[in-house]
Amino acid sequence: METNLCVAGFGGQGVMTLGKFLASATCDSTDKNVTFFPSYGAEQRGGTANCFVVISDEEVGAPLGNVMDDLIVMNEPSLKKFINTLKPNGTLFINSSIVPEETGRDDIKLVKAPVTELALELGNAKVLNVIMLGVYVGYTNVISPEIVWDTIEHKLGKKPKLLPLNKAAFEKGLELGRSQR
Amino acid sequence: MTRVFMKGCEAIAEAAVRAGCRFFAGYPITPQNEIPEYFARRLPEVNGTFVQGESEVASISMVYGAASAGIRAMTSSSSPGISLKSEGISYCAAARIPMVYSNISRGGPGVGAIQPAQMDYLQATKASGNGGFEMLVFAPSTVQEAVDMTYHAFDYADRDRNPVLILADGVIGAMMEPVVLPEMKSEEEVRSIQEAKRVWACVGHKLDYPNRAWIEPGHWQTSDMQRANEEAAALYKSWEKDVQVECYQTEDAQIVITAYGISARIAKSAVNLLRKEGIRAGLIRPITVHPFPYDAIASLDYSRVKAILDVEMSIPAQMLQDVQLAVKDRCPITTCLCSGGNIMGREMIIDAVKNLLK
Repeated sequence: METNLCVAGFGGQGVMTLGKFLASATCDSTDKNVTFFPSYGAEQRGGTANCFVVISDEEVGAPLGNVMDDLIVMNEPSLKKFINTLKPNGTLFINSSIVPEETGRDDIKLVKAPVTELALELGNAKVLNVIMLGVYVGYTNVISPEIVWDTIEHKLGKKPKLLPLNKAAFEKGLELGRSQR
Repeated sequence: MTRVFMKGCEAIAEAAVRAGCRFFAGYPITPQNEIPEYFARRLPEVNGTFVQGESEVASISMVYGAASAGIRAMTSSSSPGISLKSEGISYCAAARIPMVYSNISRGGPGVGAIQPAQMDYLQATKASGNGGFEMLVFAPSTVQEAVDMTYHAFDYADRDRNPVLILADGVIGAMMEPVVLPEMKSEEEVRSIQEAKRVWACVGHKLDYPNRAWIEPGHWQTSDMQRANEEAAALYKSWEKDVQVECYQTEDAQIVITAYGISARIAKSAVNLLRKEGIRAGLIRPITVHPFPYDAIASLDYSRVKAILDVEMSIPAQMLQDVQLAVKDRCPITTCLCSGGNIMGREMIIDAVKNLLK
């Protein structure tokens, strides 16, 4: 069993962090093979950024394939760029605050999460990626939410002030993901 | 065994520190900047020294100096930066200085592309500078292998008093993967490694000329130069025992893929998928690209093998030349290639194998 995930968005939306949290949690909590591969331009903000996460029971061959089981898109350009890499019956997760639902594909599952708006409601636009991570974990159950939270907690260890906000964001996402299963 | 999730570049740097590397000098270039960045933070913790040189030439020359004094020293760069360092690499080889360097290669020639590629095979294996010197060249295809190779590279370098090259690429450097890190050498071990080099290292000797340490990247007497060349040639010949190769599913294979580094791991997953369809594909992966595992390819049963498929992220193909030397026209060889920063797709490999069987 091998799962290929692509996470794509604007630089600054935290797509790398989202992928890294998921991959790192998989490494810490399972004996599965996992790879994380980033792809971005020279920009820190703006521009496009995307990353690939492969989780597998066997050795991982290509850390970035051209056929995705799951695709998370945080902005509209990424939808256009990656929609055709999603395999039939694959799952598309969209930031429905800014990404239109019309994907041109009727052979895929669609999970909607208005993460930009939800993050603002929580009081910090930056946590949109943690909400989306919650949506993904809640919907796919790819690894246990507790382990993903442990990883987030560990990574944010130096900034404990941020924990309550991120916890709220992650749980909001989990709820939203589970409700669309 | 605790697994940690690390980026290839950072894992290489940590492995070097654990092997006792206490000096690093480098100059920034994508996609290997995480190596100097990691050393800059890590080396002061172990009383080591990090220098960002004013150029590639300066950096390799500093490594030449530090290693001449018996310190385990390393530098790193990516393709065009490696070319700039070739003067110093050749000097280290001439002076028989043990040092380790990594090439996290990218598109080429020239400035090329900042994305991953395998365009430096011939440079790495045949001529990394002037003068016909040779080096052990290791090509990792996973982050774990990059760690293990870097750790042991320092032992090989010290054993031979010769540079060792880790030839990786931008994918191995940038990707994160679980790794088990090797044991950290203790300060005593690091000291005793340095101490053992006192016999030749420039660490301060009495001014009695017969016993004085000399580090010479060249010789004034033709007879001395030839003797140095002969001694080096004898060393290179002794590396037959150091050849490392992985033969995967080759026992009954009709199509044998040859690939190294990142291309090889992608090819391996293609072999697995082809086998599920009942297609008898196999893979020969040189782990040392120099010395090259000619025997593994030469000893295939050519009454069974219909064709060889050479897979590289290089246009034109480069390792192909070594594969041809081993195959000696006993079966057709075709290629499956990409370059410019494009990454090999396993579907491309699968299609190429199927085409060969049509």
